[in-house]
Amino acid sequence: MEAVNREIVKKTAEIRKELGQDFRDTMVEDIYKDAEQIAQKVVAIKSARQYDFDQKLDKILTSPVFGIPIMGALLALVFWLTIVGANVPSALLADGLFWLEDQMAQGMQLLGAPWWLTGFLIHGVYKGLAWVVSVMLPPMAIFFPVFTILEDFGYLPRVAFNMDWLFRKAGAHGKQSLTMAMGFGCNAAGIIATRVIESPRERIIAILTNNFVPCNGRFPTLIMLSIVFVAAAFPPAMASVVAAGTVVAVVLIGVLITLIVSSVLSRTVLKGEASSFTLELPPYRKPAIGRILYTSLIDRTLFVLWRAIIMAAPAGGLIWLLANISIQDQSLAMWIAGWLNPAGHLMGLDGAILLAYLVAIPANEIVVPTIIMIYSHAGTMLDITQLDQLRALLVDQAGWTMLTAINLMLFALLHNPCSTAILTIWKETKSLRWTVIGALMPLGIGIVVTFLVAQIWRLF
Amino acid sequence: MSVKETIKEASASPCESCGFNLQRLGIEVDKWDYVIALAGNPNTGKSTVFNHLTGLKQHTGNWPGKTVTRAEGGFTWQNKTFKLVDLPGTYSLLSASVDEEVARDFLLFGQPDATIVVMDATILERNLNLVLQILEITDNVVIALNLMDEARRKGMDVDHRILAKQLGVPVIPTVARQGTGLNLLVESVQGVIEGAIPTKPHRIQVSPVIQKALDQLVPEIERVFPELPNARWIAMRLLDGDIKVQKALEKGEWDVFLGESVFDQAHTAETEAL
Repeated sequence: MEAVNREIVKKTAEIRKELGQDFRDTMVEDIYKDAEQIAQKVVAIKSARQYDFDQKLDKILTSPVFGIPIMGALLALVFWLTIVGANVPSALLADGLFWLEDQMAQGMQLLGAPWWLTGFLIHGVYKGLAWVVSVMLPPMAIFFPVFTILEDFGYLPRVAFNMDWLFRKAGAHGKQSLTMAMGFGCNAAGIIATRVIESPRERIIAILTNNFVPCNGRFPTLIMLSIVFVAAAFPPAMASVVAAGTVVAVVLIGVLITLIVSSVLSRTVLKGEASSFTLELPPYRKPAIGRILYTSLIDRTLFVLWRAIIMAAPAGGLIWLLANISIQDQSLAMWIAGWLNPAGHLMGLDGAILLAYLVAIPANEIVVPTIIMIYSHAGTMLDITQLDQLRALLVDQAGWTMLTAINLMLFALLHNPCSTAILTIWKETKSLRWTVIGALMPLGIGIVVTFLVAQIWRLF
Repeated sequence: MSVKETIKEASASPCESCGFNLQRLGIEVDKWDYVIALAGNPNTGKSTVFNHLTGLKQHTGNWPGKTVTRAEGGFTWQNKTFKLVDLPGTYSLLSASVDEEVARDFLLFGQPDATIVVMDATILERNLNLVLQILEITDNVVIALNLMDEARRKGMDVDHRILAKQLGVPVIPTVARQGTGLNLLVESVQGVIEGAIPTKPHRIQVSPVIQKALDQLVPEIERVFPELPNARWIAMRLLDGDIKVQKALEKGEWDVFLGESVFDQAHTAETEAL
């Protein structure tokens, strides 16, 4: 049997030698010719109205001059809608949920529960949940549907088209802009999406750099900081626009770093030429609004929120323990934050922020709540429902400056992927080396960038 | 007949009037009678068809490359249980990206009982590229000619009956977003599997040079593997230098590559080359 099979392989080799190199080309040509003939018999075009519309729109949206500015403007619009729309519901949710915290704490007290149980469950676990829900839910409930409308309309492939030349220049695959766009939703999803990239070299580049675009779990951090610090310096009428512009600026820095790192990788460890590809620009479609609301609210928002909640509950408990177990009159949280402080200071941050990032490795969604919990347990303030209260806590009590805010935004963009994303890198590459690089390289870049910014800032 | 009427005709099939006997099973399929592969170009509405039939909620979106993994679900129809496998959308089965290999390996080695190919009626010619390749691999194909409403809006008249005649397999006009034509689609799939609807798949008209090469190779393959339904396609792959197909042939085992990560091999090869 085997001998016969080898016979076939041998025969194939002989025929292949005769055929020369153009078998694939001839074959593809034949298929196209055949398809053309069949299509001619089946399709009759009566008018080409919609076609004209699509082409006209593409001329604008993918124009070399306007394409990228329009893209930036749309991105800014999405963030602006998210910021403006999420503000009030966030405050309401926080009010309600923290009121409930007090009620439950009182209830526990009446039932005679020991202080530490009330503390752990209510001021730890529940508070963590309440923070995540009020910080995460409103922005997600707006961001996801708006982003999905653009996706459903058919805009994403146009983004890939506009950015193709940039990625090609960086020696990466043009489809990387698609996987990058997916990363805005979730980096783990973006990493899985790299399967559309044929060359393993370019695929690894896309996997390693996906973390440089902020995922949905990291947007709330960016949005909050841009409102509390950057926008606060401007008159209220302009605040939301400035905040949106700040988030866009951070995203653009992320894209820039994606391109730089891709370029460095493709010139060093992952050497090679960028491969060409055909990208289909699908027809524009009227978004199915009802379905979008359903899928983005029920599926995406609740899914991401659920993930954040199951991460936040244990983190909230952990932080409460750290803040309430004391050694020599100082809580564990303060000890750890104190140890991390010198490193934090070098990076223009502080020990509490670094501790929050350690606790938040499973899910980046809980970074801000964790920071706040560390500070508020350290000080006297317990509930923060308004942004000016938050500002008071961060600036007056914790001593944050504009440098802290800027570097925290940079660090939110540039640090190790969350544990889910790291696991996904492992699953997709099955290589320990790439997984380690994928986890540590962004962290290293984050440390270097924040360090440099802090040093330069302090010079002036 | 206009497209609109055609769709009406399609949805007025006997079983749409006899009530809803499509039962969605989600992912709860333990035992099944038939395995159906769902193939097609990216962005043709495959996932929408999948969601409609299984009741699952695969994410759908208007961009190529959205589905990169295999999704599975099930439904029952006329007391038969069908397992539906949603393959990544691909333009062709000739290249080596992971998504294309996932699709190709399942069609070639997974031996589904039937394959539904979802086509975008508005860009029929481009979609035919993949259809013609799939027809070389398997006889049991039903075409879902999707986005018929969009084709109509664009002023195109797409005749599904001529297409069916040309391809030699059933062609069902559908509007998957509204669920139009999907019952008839499932009915045709069952008909093809059970032999009630005979198919005579179109063969790619190849140039004389290739035909000559195939004439030499195909009989050899058929002699060794008489049970193989797609010797011609295997020959084409061998002539194209497809290492994977060649290895499968040498071992005489066709299922060995199913589920294995192609990425590993390609990756190893590349790091070795570095």
